[in-house]
Amino acid sequence: MLRSVRWYVRELTDESAYDRYVAHVRHGHPDAEVPSRRDFERMRTDRQEADPRQGFRCC
Amino acid sequence: MRTANPRTIVIWTLVALIGAAGWTVLALSRGEEVSAAWMVAAALGTYAIAYRFYAKFIAYKVLKVDRTRATPAERLNNGIDFHPTDRRVLLGHHFAAIAGAGPLVGPVLAAQMGYLPGTIWIIAGVVFAGAVQDMVVLFFSTRRDGRSLGQMAREEIGPFGGAAALVATFVIMIILLGVLALVIVNALAQSPWGTFSIAMTIPIALLMGFYLRVLRPGRVAEVSLIGVALLLLALVAGRWVAESSWADTFTLAPSTLVVWMVAYGFIASILPVWMLLAPRDYLSTFMKIGTIFLLALGVVVALPTLKMDAVTDFASRGDGPVFAGSLFPFVFITIACGALSGFHALISSGTTPKMIQKETQVRMIGYGSMLMESSVAVMALVAASIIDPGLYFAMNAPAGVIGDTVQNASQVVGSWGYQISPEALARAAENVEEASLLSRTGGAPTLAIGVSEIFSQVTGDGLRAFWYHFAIMFEALFILTALDAGTRVGRFMLQDMLGNVHRPFKNVSWKPGLVITSAIVCGLWGYFLWVGVHEPLGGINQLFPIFGISNQLLAAVALAVCTTLLVKSGRLKWAWITGVPLVWDATVTLTASYQKVFSSDPKVGFFKQRQVFQDAIDRGEVLPPAKSMDDMHTVVTNSTVDGVLTAVLALLIVVVIADATRVCVRHVRRPALSTLSEAPYVESKIIAPAGLFPTKEEKEEERLAVASASSESPASAP
Repeated sequence: MLRSVRWYVRELTDESAYDRYVAHVRHGHPDAEVPSRRDFERMRTDRQEADPRQGFRCC
Repeated sequence: MRTANPRTIVIWTLVALIGAAGWTVLALSRGEEVSAAWMVAAALGTYAIAYRFYAKFIAYKVLKVDRTRATPAERLNNGIDFHPTDRRVLLGHHFAAIAGAGPLVGPVLAAQMGYLPGTIWIIAGVVFAGAVQDMVVLFFSTRRDGRSLGQMAREEIGPFGGAAALVATFVIMIILLGVLALVIVNALAQSPWGTFSIAMTIPIALLMGFYLRVLRPGRVAEVSLIGVALLLLALVAGRWVAESSWADTFTLAPSTLVVWMVAYGFIASILPVWMLLAPRDYLSTFMKIGTIFLLALGVVVALPTLKMDAVTDFASRGDGPVFAGSLFPFVFITIACGALSGFHALISSGTTPKMIQKETQVRMIGYGSMLMESSVAVMALVAASIIDPGLYFAMNAPAGVIGDTVQNASQVVGSWGYQISPEALARAAENVEEASLLSRTGGAPTLAIGVSEIFSQVTGDGLRAFWYHFAIMFEALFILTALDAGTRVGRFMLQDMLGNVHRPFKNVSWKPGLVITSAIVCGLWGYFLWVGVHEPLGGINQLFPIFGISNQLLAAVALAVCTTLLVKSGRLKWAWITGVPLVWDATVTLTASYQKVFSSDPKVGFFKQRQVFQDAIDRGEVLPPAKSMDDMHTVVTNSTVDGVLTAVLALLIVVVIADATRVCVRHVRRPALSTLSEAPYVESKIIAPAGLFPTKEEKEEERLAVASASSESPASAP
């Protein structure tokens, strides 16, 4: 129960984004360079910066 | 095909009976006290039936969703914006993205015509139009790698219709931002408590942004908890400030707030996303989901009694103080987001289709989220209908109509047939620790009064003022986030358009271009905000109909794109699914536009209004509610701008619909001329249920898949 609440909150807030990305990179290329969490989060906000339609909210 | 078992039949018969009972009581009671429980029953019963039968029919018979076809999330998975997301998580994401101030504000204003017309449209509209639009756009965008509505319009209708759609979207965005900002200005003006707590959200967001950037990157949940705790502290502290010597500093006039608001919008939109926008967004999402959940709980626990009439006289006379015009078409225009919202098409084509795991989930995500949004609108209508109608009209009529003393307001509201004593009006303001509640137009303060009423029925009267400001804070929070995010989106569109003229603008990170386009966008919505605040006839009264019309016109664009796609993809037989809502929406909205432009009633028609005031100026007269010659000139200028704007928007949409019709007719005559830009079929490897609860077959399928692929990769979710 507690585990699934924690899972849901992490997913909903996108806190799990880094883990997911690492898993994704490792899956395709087991020995590829993985960015640090700090760099990854920076890259994510930079992407939003470049295209503000990502994650746009409505009225 | 599965045959229905007796238990299913019994359950669905019961659901139908509950819904029908709700509708019967709402429709038949006149002049008696009706419990909000019946409204909830009518809504939930209808949603359940619509979701189970109509949405399923559209998904499987019309769209023919294919569970073996890989979605863009699976095919283009990059671990960032394209990635298959659990349906329950995506439902939360999508709902948080579509729900905003619209469904809360629109129904409150529409309550001027009574609760019945609003309830019927919120529920019928979502079932047949709003939720269908969201689901169909989501489906087609998913089939096109998450293309945006504008791109789909360009590719499927043509460059002409596409360009008109793009320009219309930009104009609509500007009006949206101006009106939302106006709602907040009206809620915060002369309210030190509200202004202080909203101002505090800025340092709180900056702190959260710093925390996420420098201290602990990516720890969103913990920083959101800290943020919400600080937010509640700011809310409590707001009362101390309002009672202290600082109160004057935070008691701001509307025109001062306009300046602050535009300055905030401009600075926020040129700051990096991580500083203000991202943390604000976390805060407002938390507050949004939390408050909506609390409100639903409050309505169900308190089951308050509706005090507003089922249908007021304003519905037929069309001379209501909140907005002018008769029930048809203006109730449909005013409710906007809770029933059918063009803006949702921007979310359903864009972010969500890049994350959906399975085509079969479009029903749950697209249709289901919109049903949730509609239930939010129903709750807002409940909140507006449980407060004393006299107070409702005193809060929502412009100052030019009811004056600025409680005595005067009581008298004017009484002349409309709603008795409320001056003492009762003063006490209502005192109860929520505000100086005055007269002419707090825009819907947010009325909603906050309704929410504080519902919550204090549960928690006791002592917290009434706290709940009022809690509700104001909740709305202001995401409207301010929308100002920032919307300015960025508007800027992005403008950069794209200007890039065709002067190349460097296309580069979105080119600093001078960024600052110039941000300033233009803020200037444009700031202009409407300024106009709204200084409008002698009442800003909300004048501008909200334009906002409603523009939102519904955007829905017409979305529905036109959907209908064209249904026709072009060989679903001509089913084109009525979006075709009928399109015809209805276009009829309602174009009628409203027509009346706003050409009506001979100066309360409704902008140009008639202009003429009446211009003639008076020529005679040297000052017409009420204007107080001076300056006011008279303001009215003339504003009516001209509003009238021209309404006409231009309507023309743009007529262009889009005409172009879409041309493409449809051509396709029916000579199908060989059409091209359909659908991504090719790739087989899906993901196994995931279509609905919230997996069926027996889906569980079995998942079990088998896990058993056979256990060596390949670990399961991603518990």
